[in-house]
Amino acid sequence: MCALCGVLGGDGHWTDAAPRPGVFTRNTDGLARRRERMARVAVANRILKLYGLSLSDWQGASFVLSTATGKSELVDNLAHLWAAAEKLAGRPCDPLDPAVIARLRDDHG
Amino acid sequence: MDDVPAFTPVNLITGFLGSGKTTLLQRLLDDPAMADTAVLINEFGEVGLDHHLLDRIDDTMVLLPSGCLCCTIRGELSAAIRDLHGRRERGEVPPFRRLAVESTGLADPFPILSTVQADPVLRHHFRWGNIVTTIDAVNGGSQLDRRPESVKQAAVADRLVLTKSDLVTGAQAEALVARLRTINPSAPLVRAAEEPIRADALLAHDLFAASARAEAARRWFTVEEGAQAHGAGVQAFVLALDETVDWTRFGLWLTMLLNRHGEKVLRVKGMLNVEGSDAPVAIHGVQYLVHPPVHMAAWPDDERRSRLVFIVDGLEPAAIEGSLRAFLRR
Repeated sequence: MCALCGVLGGDGHWTDAAPRPGVFTRNTDGLARRRERMARVAVANRILKLYGLSLSDWQGASFVLSTATGKSELVDNLAHLWAAAEKLAGRPCDPLDPAVIARLRDDHG
Repeated sequence: MDDVPAFTPVNLITGFLGSGKTTLLQRLLDDPAMADTAVLINEFGEVGLDHHLLDRIDDTMVLLPSGCLCCTIRGELSAAIRDLHGRRERGEVPPFRRLAVESTGLADPFPILSTVQADPVLRHHFRWGNIVTTIDAVNGGSQLDRRPESVKQAAVADRLVLTKSDLVTGAQAEALVARLRTINPSAPLVRAAEEPIRADALLAHDLFAASARAEAARRWFTVEEGAQAHGAGVQAFVLALDETVDWTRFGLWLTMLLNRHGEKVLRVKGMLNVEGSDAPVAIHGVQYLVHPPVHMAAWPDDERRSRLVFIVDGLEPAAIEGSLRAFLRR
Protein backbone atom coordinates (compact mmCIF):
# COMPACT_ATOMS: atom_id res chain seq x y z
CA MET A 1 0.00 0.00 0.00
CA CYS A 2 1.16 3.52 -0.64
CA ALA A 3 2.39 5.67 2.21
CA LEU A 4 -0.37 8.17 1.65
CA CYS A 5 -3.01 5.52 2.19
CA GLY A 6 -1.21 4.52 5.36
CA VAL A 7 -1.31 8.07 6.66
CA LEU A 8 -4.99 8.34 5.96
CA GLY A 9 -5.66 4.96 7.51
CA GLY A 10 -6.66 3.41 4.17
CA ASP A 11 -10.27 3.21 3.11
CA GLY A 12 -10.86 -0.52 2.95
CA HIS A 13 -14.01 -0.06 0.91
CA TRP A 14 -15.13 -3.28 -0.79
CA THR A 15 -14.88 -1.72 -4.24
CA ASP A 16 -11.21 -0.97 -3.51
CA ALA A 17 -10.35 -4.13 -1.59
CA ALA A 18 -6.69 -4.64 -0.80
CA PRO A 19 -5.24 -7.28 -3.13
CA ARG A 20 -4.77 -10.60 -1.38
CA PRO A 21 -5.37 -14.23 -2.28
CA GLY A 22 -8.97 -15.01 -3.07
CA VAL A 23 -10.13 -11.40 -3.20
CA PHE A 24 -11.40 -9.83 -6.38
CA THR A 25 -10.13 -6.31 -6.83
CA ARG A 26 -8.92 -3.90 -9.43
CA ASN A 27 -6.78 -2.26 -6.81
CA THR A 28 -3.75 -4.27 -7.91
CA ASP A 29 -1.15 -2.24 -9.76
CA GLY A 30 -0.97 1.44 -10.62
CA LEU A 31 -2.32 1.00 -14.12
CA ALA A 32 -5.32 -1.13 -13.12
CA ARG A 33 -6.10 1.26 -10.29
CA ARG A 34 -5.93 4.29 -12.58
CA ARG A 35 -8.06 2.62 -15.25
CA GLU A 36 -10.72 1.68 -12.72
CA ARG A 37 -10.79 5.21 -11.32
CA MET A 38 -11.32 6.67 -14.79
CA ALA A 39 -14.12 4.22 -15.52
CA ARG A 40 -15.66 4.98 -12.18
CA VAL A 41 -15.64 8.72 -12.78
CA ALA A 42 -17.26 8.24 -16.21
CA VAL A 43 -20.03 5.95 -14.93
CA ALA A 44 -20.64 8.02 -11.81
CA ASN A 45 -21.06 11.16 -13.90
CA ARG A 46 -23.80 9.47 -15.91
CA ILE A 47 -25.75 9.10 -12.69
CA LEU A 48 -24.65 12.27 -10.93
CA LYS A 49 -25.73 14.52 -13.78
CA LEU A 50 -29.32 13.61 -12.89
CA TYR A 51 -28.69 15.52 -9.68
CA GLY A 52 -26.77 18.42 -11.24
CA LEU A 53 -23.47 17.08 -9.93
CA SER A 54 -20.18 15.99 -11.44
CA LEU A 55 -17.22 13.98 -10.25
CA SER A 56 -13.54 14.23 -11.14
CA ASP A 57 -10.43 12.42 -10.05
CA TRP A 58 -8.16 14.27 -7.65
CA GLN A 59 -4.56 13.20 -8.02
CA GLY A 60 -5.44 9.54 -8.11
CA ALA A 61 -6.06 9.64 -4.38
CA SER A 62 -9.54 11.13 -3.92
CA PHE A 63 -12.44 12.46 -5.94
CA VAL A 64 -13.87 15.96 -6.18
CA LEU A 65 -17.64 16.13 -6.27
CA SER A 66 -18.99 19.45 -7.57
CA THR A 67 -22.26 21.20 -8.19
CA ALA A 68 -22.91 23.22 -11.34
CA THR A 69 -22.22 26.40 -9.35
CA GLY A 70 -18.83 25.17 -8.20
CA LYS A 71 -19.63 24.10 -4.68
CA SER A 72 -17.44 21.07 -4.13
CA GLU A 73 -16.45 18.40 -1.69
CA LEU A 74 -13.59 15.94 -1.54
CA VAL A 75 -14.60 12.26 -1.22
CA ASP A 76 -12.22 9.42 -0.50
CA ASN A 77 -14.15 6.52 -2.00
CA LEU A 78 -17.56 5.18 -2.92
CA ALA A 79 -18.43 4.77 0.74
CA HIS A 80 -18.67 8.54 1.03
CA LEU A 81 -19.73 9.48 -2.49
CA TRP A 82 -23.48 9.11 -2.16
CA ALA A 83 -23.79 10.72 1.24
CA ALA A 84 -21.78 13.70 -0.07
CA ALA A 85 -23.89 13.80 -3.24
CA GLU A 86 -27.10 13.92 -1.22
CA LYS A 87 -25.69 16.75 0.85
CA LEU A 88 -24.61 18.81 -2.14
CA ALA A 89 -27.77 18.08 -4.16
CA GLY A 90 -29.99 18.72 -1.16
CA ARG A 91 -32.12 15.68 -1.89
CA PRO A 92 -31.91 11.90 -1.64
CA CYS A 93 -30.02 10.03 -4.35
CA ASP A 94 -32.29 7.01 -4.65
CA PRO A 95 -31.49 4.37 -7.27
CA LEU A 96 -35.01 2.96 -6.83
CA ASP A 97 -36.64 6.27 -7.78
CA PRO A 98 -38.70 5.48 -10.92
CA ALA A 99 -37.70 8.83 -12.44
CA VAL A 100 -34.00 7.99 -12.05
CA ILE A 101 -34.50 4.52 -13.55
CA ALA A 102 -36.46 5.97 -16.49
CA ARG A 103 -33.83 8.59 -17.22
CA LEU A 104 -31.01 6.06 -17.13
CA ARG A 105 -32.95 3.84 -19.53
CA ASP A 106 -33.59 6.77 -21.89
CA ASP A 107 -29.98 7.83 -21.63
CA HIS A 108 -28.82 4.60 -23.19
CA GLY A 109 -31.94 3.08 -24.62
CA MET B 1 2.73 -18.22 15.16
CA ASP B 2 3.00 -20.03 11.87
CA ASP B 3 -0.36 -21.67 12.22
CA VAL B 4 -2.26 -18.47 12.89
CA PRO B 5 -4.33 -17.64 9.80
CA ALA B 6 -3.60 -14.38 7.99
CA PHE B 7 -7.21 -13.43 8.63
CA THR B 8 -8.69 -14.98 11.73
CA PRO B 9 -12.38 -15.74 11.21
CA VAL B 10 -14.75 -14.14 13.69
CA ASN B 11 -18.05 -15.90 14.30
CA LEU B 12 -20.97 -14.01 15.73
CA ILE B 13 -23.34 -16.02 17.88
CA THR B 14 -26.54 -14.08 18.14
CA GLY B 15 -30.16 -14.70 19.02
CA PHE B 16 -32.85 -13.18 21.14
CA LEU B 17 -32.77 -13.01 24.94
CA GLY B 18 -33.28 -16.48 26.38
CA SER B 19 -33.06 -18.14 22.99
CA GLY B 20 -30.26 -20.46 24.12
CA LYS B 21 -27.07 -18.74 23.02
CA THR B 22 -25.18 -19.56 26.18
CA THR B 23 -26.37 -23.17 26.15
CA LEU B 24 -25.30 -23.43 22.53
CA LEU B 25 -21.92 -21.94 23.35
CA GLN B 26 -21.51 -24.38 26.20
CA ARG B 27 -22.23 -27.30 23.88
CA LEU B 28 -19.86 -25.89 21.30
CA LEU B 29 -17.09 -25.56 23.84
CA ASP B 30 -17.31 -29.26 24.63
CA ASP B 31 -16.49 -29.98 21.01
CA PRO B 32 -12.80 -30.77 20.52
CA ALA B 33 -12.99 -28.83 17.24
CA MET B 34 -13.14 -25.68 19.36
CA ALA B 35 -9.73 -26.23 20.92
CA ASP B 36 -8.14 -23.39 18.99
CA THR B 37 -11.04 -20.97 19.35
CA ALA B 38 -11.11 -17.92 21.58
CA VAL B 39 -14.53 -16.87 22.82
CA LEU B 40 -15.64 -13.40 23.75
CA ILE B 41 -18.72 -13.43 25.91
CA ASN B 42 -20.71 -10.51 27.16
CA GLU B 43 -22.01 -10.16 30.66
CA PHE B 44 -25.54 -8.88 30.58
CA GLY B 45 -28.46 -9.00 32.97
CA GLU B 46 -27.62 -10.97 36.04
CA VAL B 47 -24.00 -10.35 36.91
CA GLY B 48 -21.75 -13.09 35.71
CA LEU B 49 -24.62 -15.35 34.71
CA ASP B 50 -23.18 -16.28 31.36
CA HIS B 51 -19.74 -16.42 32.95
CA HIS B 52 -20.80 -18.98 35.50
CA LEU B 53 -22.62 -21.09 32.96
CA LEU B 54 -19.43 -21.52 31.02
CA ASP B 55 -16.79 -23.93 32.20
CA ARG B 56 -14.01 -23.03 29.88
CA ILE B 57 -12.79 -19.62 31.07
CA ASP B 58 -9.14 -18.96 30.46
CA ASP B 59 -6.83 -16.16 29.46
CA THR B 60 -8.16 -15.95 25.96
CA MET B 61 -11.66 -15.25 27.16
CA VAL B 62 -12.54 -11.70 28.03
CA LEU B 63 -15.64 -10.58 29.79
CA LEU B 64 -16.83 -7.15 28.78
CA PRO B 65 -18.11 -5.57 31.97
CA SER B 66 -20.24 -2.82 30.48
CA GLY B 67 -23.61 -4.47 30.19
CA CYS B 68 -25.47 -3.54 27.03
CA LEU B 69 -23.43 -4.62 24.07
CA CYS B 70 -25.66 -2.91 21.65
CA CYS B 71 -24.90 0.57 22.94
CA THR B 72 -21.22 0.38 23.40
CA ILE B 73 -20.02 -2.38 21.19
CA ARG B 74 -18.00 -0.45 18.63
CA GLY B 75 -15.39 0.78 21.04
CA GLU B 76 -15.35 -2.06 23.44
CA LEU B 77 -15.59 -5.07 21.17
CA SER B 78 -12.81 -3.76 18.96
CA ALA B 79 -10.67 -3.04 22.03
CA ALA B 80 -11.29 -6.54 23.33
CA ILE B 81 -10.38 -8.14 20.01
CA ARG B 82 -7.31 -5.94 19.69
CA ASP B 83 -6.23 -6.97 23.16
CA LEU B 84 -6.63 -10.64 22.32
CA HIS B 85 -4.77 -10.14 19.07
CA GLY B 86 -1.92 -8.35 20.85
CA ARG B 87 -1.66 -11.05 23.48
CA ARG B 88 -1.63 -13.72 20.80
CA GLU B 89 1.13 -11.87 18.93
CA ARG B 90 3.19 -11.68 22.12
CA GLY B 91 2.58 -15.34 22.84
CA GLU B 92 0.75 -14.62 26.07
CA VAL B 93 -2.28 -16.63 24.99
CA PRO B 94 -2.55 -19.75 22.85
CA PRO B 95 -2.44 -18.95 19.12
CA PHE B 96 -6.17 -19.24 18.52
CA ARG B 97 -7.32 -19.66 14.95
CA ARG B 98 -10.92 -18.59 15.37
CA LEU B 99 -12.77 -16.10 17.49
CA ALA B 100 -16.41 -16.49 18.52
CA VAL B 101 -18.31 -13.49 19.80
CA GLU B 102 -21.53 -13.89 21.72
CA SER B 103 -23.84 -10.92 21.37
CA THR B 104 -26.52 -9.90 23.83
CA GLY B 105 -30.05 -10.83 22.94
CA LEU B 106 -31.02 -7.24 22.25
CA ALA B 107 -28.16 -6.53 19.91
CA ASP B 108 -28.72 -5.46 16.36
CA PRO B 109 -26.08 -7.57 14.62
CA PHE B 110 -25.04 -4.87 12.17
CA PRO B 111 -22.93 -2.61 14.48
CA ILE B 112 -21.16 -5.72 15.76
CA LEU B 113 -20.38 -6.87 12.23
CA SER B 114 -19.11 -3.46 11.21
CA THR B 115 -16.63 -3.40 14.11
CA VAL B 116 -14.07 -5.56 12.37
CA GLN B 117 -14.31 -3.80 9.07
CA ALA B 118 -14.31 -0.30 10.58
CA ASP B 119 -11.24 -0.84 12.74
CA PRO B 120 -8.00 0.01 10.91
CA VAL B 121 -6.03 -2.67 12.77
CA LEU B 122 -8.58 -5.45 13.00
CA ARG B 123 -9.52 -5.44 9.35
CA HIS B 124 -5.99 -6.51 8.46
CA HIS B 125 -6.02 -9.47 10.85
CA PHE B 126 -9.61 -10.64 11.16
CA ARG B 127 -12.51 -11.37 8.87
CA TRP B 128 -16.09 -12.31 9.51
CA GLY B 129 -16.98 -15.96 9.56
CA ASN B 130 -20.44 -17.52 9.82
CA ILE B 131 -23.14 -15.78 11.78
CA VAL B 132 -25.00 -18.28 13.94
CA THR B 133 -28.46 -17.30 15.16
CA THR B 134 -30.41 -19.16 17.82
CA ILE B 135 -34.21 -19.14 17.63
CA ASP B 136 -36.29 -20.33 20.51
CA ALA B 137 -39.11 -22.65 19.35
CA VAL B 138 -41.31 -21.57 22.24
CA ASN B 139 -41.04 -17.79 21.95
CA GLY B 140 -39.42 -17.34 18.54
CA GLY B 141 -42.66 -16.68 16.70
CA SER B 142 -43.83 -13.90 18.98
CA GLN B 143 -40.35 -12.38 19.01
CA LEU B 144 -40.37 -12.26 15.22
CA ASP B 145 -43.75 -10.51 15.44
CA ARG B 146 -42.74 -7.92 17.94
CA ARG B 147 -39.02 -7.35 17.75
CA PRO B 148 -37.44 -6.14 14.53
CA GLU B 149 -33.96 -7.01 15.80
CA SER B 150 -35.11 -10.62 16.10
CA VAL B 151 -36.07 -10.66 12.40
CA LYS B 152 -32.73 -9.08 11.54
CA GLN B 153 -30.85 -11.69 13.55
CA ALA B 154 -32.62 -14.47 11.62
CA ALA B 155 -32.14 -12.77 8.25
CA VAL B 156 -28.39 -12.27 8.57
CA ALA B 157 -27.72 -15.81 9.78
CA ASP B 158 -25.47 -18.22 7.93
CA ARG B 159 -26.61 -20.98 10.30
CA LEU B 160 -29.90 -21.12 12.18
CA VAL B 161 -30.16 -23.10 15.41
CA LEU B 162 -33.68 -23.93 16.55
CA THR B 163 -33.66 -24.44 20.31
CA LYS B 164 -36.24 -25.86 22.74
CA SER B 165 -38.10 -27.66 19.97
CA ASP B 166 -38.71 -30.47 22.47
CA LEU B 167 -40.97 -28.09 24.39
CA VAL B 168 -43.43 -27.53 21.54
CA THR B 169 -45.43 -29.79 19.24
CA GLY B 170 -43.99 -30.86 15.92
CA ALA B 171 -46.55 -28.73 14.10
CA GLN B 172 -45.58 -25.63 16.07
CA ALA B 173 -41.92 -26.19 15.33
CA GLU B 174 -42.64 -26.71 11.63
CA ALA B 175 -44.71 -23.52 11.47
CA LEU B 176 -41.79 -21.56 12.92
CA VAL B 177 -39.33 -23.21 10.55
CA ALA B 178 -41.59 -22.33 7.60
CA ARG B 179 -41.63 -18.77 8.77
CA LEU B 180 -37.87 -18.67 9.16
CA ARG B 181 -37.58 -19.95 5.61
CA THR B 182 -39.41 -16.90 4.27
CA ILE B 183 -36.94 -14.66 6.09
CA ASN B 184 -33.85 -16.71 5.37
CA PRO B 185 -34.34 -19.52 2.87
CA SER B 186 -30.77 -20.70 2.49
CA ALA B 187 -29.12 -20.95 5.92
CA PRO B 188 -28.83 -24.57 7.12
CA LEU B 189 -31.01 -25.13 10.19
CA VAL B 190 -29.99 -27.30 13.13
CA ARG B 191 -32.50 -28.49 15.75
CA ALA B 192 -30.49 -28.29 18.94
CA ALA B 193 -32.81 -30.53 20.98
CA GLU B 194 -32.66 -33.37 18.46
CA GLU B 195 -29.40 -33.11 16.62
CA PRO B 196 -25.76 -32.99 17.65
CA ILE B 197 -24.13 -29.56 17.72
CA ARG B 198 -20.96 -29.65 15.65
CA ALA B 199 -18.70 -26.64 15.95
CA ASP B 200 -17.16 -27.35 12.59
CA ALA B 201 -20.51 -27.40 10.77
CA LEU B 202 -21.75 -24.24 12.45
CA LEU B 203 -18.67 -22.05 12.52
CA ALA B 204 -16.54 -23.15 9.59
CA HIS B 205 -17.21 -23.84 5.89
CA ASP B 206 -17.94 -20.26 4.98
CA LEU B 207 -17.45 -18.48 1.71
CA PHE B 208 -14.01 -17.21 2.67
CA ALA B 209 -12.66 -20.62 3.54
CA ALA B 210 -11.17 -21.68 0.22
CA SER B 211 -12.03 -25.36 0.64
CA ALA B 212 -15.71 -24.65 1.25
CA ARG B 213 -16.41 -21.82 -1.14
CA ALA B 214 -18.24 -23.68 -3.86
CA GLU B 215 -20.46 -25.52 -1.39
CA ALA B 216 -21.24 -22.34 0.57
CA ALA B 217 -22.13 -20.50 -2.62
CA ARG B 218 -24.26 -23.34 -3.99
CA ARG B 219 -26.33 -23.28 -0.85
CA TRP B 220 -27.27 -19.65 -1.40
CA PHE B 221 -29.38 -20.31 -4.42
CA THR B 222 -31.98 -22.45 -2.79
CA VAL B 223 -34.38 -19.54 -3.24
CA GLU B 224 -36.39 -20.10 -6.37
CA GLU B 225 -36.25 -17.47 -9.00
CA GLY B 226 -39.54 -15.72 -9.31
CA ALA B 227 -40.50 -16.88 -5.80
CA GLN B 228 -41.01 -13.28 -4.93
CA ALA B 229 -44.02 -11.19 -4.30
CA HIS B 230 -45.31 -8.49 -2.01
CA GLY B 231 -43.43 -5.33 -1.19
CA ALA B 232 -44.20 -5.53 2.51
CA GLY B 233 -42.31 -7.31 5.25
CA VAL B 234 -39.11 -9.31 5.10
CA GLN B 235 -38.71 -11.44 2.02
CA ALA B 236 -35.99 -13.11 0.01
CA PHE B 237 -35.73 -13.11 -3.73
CA VAL B 238 -33.25 -13.96 -6.47
CA LEU B 239 -32.25 -11.61 -9.22
CA ALA B 240 -30.63 -13.28 -12.23
CA LEU B 241 -28.83 -11.61 -15.11
CA ASP B 242 -27.97 -13.32 -18.38
CA GLU B 243 -25.43 -10.78 -19.58
CA THR B 244 -22.00 -10.20 -18.08
CA VAL B 245 -21.79 -7.54 -15.39
CA ASP B 246 -19.67 -4.40 -15.60
CA TRP B 247 -17.90 -4.31 -12.23
CA THR B 248 -17.65 -0.52 -12.07
CA ARG B 249 -21.34 0.00 -12.77
CA PHE B 250 -22.33 -2.69 -10.31
CA GLY B 251 -20.16 -1.15 -7.59
CA LEU B 252 -21.68 2.28 -8.09
CA TRP B 253 -25.20 0.86 -8.09
CA LEU B 254 -24.80 -1.26 -4.95
CA THR B 255 -23.09 1.51 -2.98
CA MET B 256 -25.86 3.92 -3.99
CA LEU B 257 -28.56 1.41 -3.06
CA LEU B 258 -27.00 0.66 0.32
CA ASN B 259 -26.39 4.32 1.09
CA ARG B 260 -30.12 5.03 0.72
CA HIS B 261 -31.68 1.69 1.69
CA GLY B 262 -29.00 -0.21 3.62
CA GLU B 263 -31.25 -0.42 6.65
CA LYS B 264 -33.77 -2.40 4.56
CA VAL B 265 -31.30 -4.59 2.69
CA LEU B 266 -30.80 -7.16 5.43
CA ARG B 267 -28.67 -9.35 3.23
CA VAL B 268 -27.29 -9.39 -0.28
CA LYS B 269 -25.18 -12.23 -1.56
CA GLY B 270 -24.50 -13.79 -4.87
CA MET B 271 -22.30 -14.68 -7.72
CA LEU B 272 -21.47 -12.29 -10.52
CA ASN B 273 -20.33 -13.12 -14.01
CA VAL B 274 -18.01 -10.13 -14.20
CA GLU B 275 -16.97 -8.91 -17.61
CA GLY B 276 -13.32 -9.76 -18.23
CA SER B 277 -13.15 -12.40 -15.48
CA ASP B 278 -13.27 -16.14 -16.22
CA ALA B 279 -14.24 -17.14 -12.71
CA PRO B 280 -17.22 -15.73 -10.82
CA VAL B 281 -16.99 -13.07 -8.15
CA ALA B 282 -18.93 -13.65 -4.94
CA ILE B 283 -20.57 -10.68 -3.23
CA HIS B 284 -21.66 -10.87 0.36
CA GLY B 285 -23.14 -8.06 2.42
CA VAL B 286 -25.20 -7.28 5.49
CA GLN B 287 -27.02 -3.97 5.44
CA TYR B 288 -24.51 -1.16 4.81
CA LEU B 289 -21.58 -3.53 5.06
CA VAL B 290 -20.16 -5.47 2.10
CA HIS B 291 -17.35 -7.96 2.56
CA PRO B 292 -14.35 -7.87 0.23
CA PRO B 293 -15.51 -9.59 -2.99
CA VAL B 294 -14.31 -13.17 -3.27
CA HIS B 295 -12.78 -14.36 -6.52
CA MET B 296 -14.01 -17.93 -6.83
CA ALA B 297 -11.84 -20.62 -8.37
CA ALA B 298 -14.72 -21.83 -10.54
CA TRP B 299 -18.48 -21.71 -10.89
CA PRO B 300 -20.23 -23.79 -8.21
CA ASP B 301 -22.56 -25.48 -10.73
CA ASP B 302 -23.52 -25.46 -14.40
CA GLU B 303 -25.28 -22.16 -14.08
CA ARG B 304 -23.14 -19.40 -15.57
CA ARG B 305 -25.45 -16.48 -15.01
CA SER B 306 -25.05 -13.80 -12.38
CA ARG B 307 -27.39 -14.43 -9.49
CA LEU B 308 -27.97 -12.28 -6.45
CA VAL B 309 -30.04 -13.26 -3.43
CA PHE B 310 -31.58 -10.35 -1.57
CA ILE B 311 -33.28 -10.44 1.80
CA VAL B 312 -35.09 -7.14 2.07
CA ASP B 313 -37.45 -5.51 4.50
CA GLY B 314 -40.20 -3.61 2.72
CA LEU B 315 -38.42 -3.01 -0.57
CA GLU B 316 -40.02 -3.98 -3.85
CA PRO B 317 -38.05 -6.72 -5.67
CA ALA B 318 -39.20 -5.42 -9.07
CA ALA B 319 -37.85 -1.95 -8.27
CA ILE B 320 -34.44 -3.37 -7.29
CA GLU B 321 -34.25 -5.45 -10.43
CA GLY B 322 -35.37 -2.58 -12.68
CA SER B 323 -32.85 -0.28 -11.07
CA LEU B 324 -29.92 -2.68 -11.44
CA ARG B 325 -30.76 -3.35 -15.09
CA ALA B 326 -30.99 0.37 -15.84
CA PHE B 327 -27.62 1.01 -14.16
CA LEU B 328 -25.93 -1.83 -16.02
CA ARG B 329 -27.34 -0.78 -19.36
CA ARG B 330 -24.81 0.59 -21.83
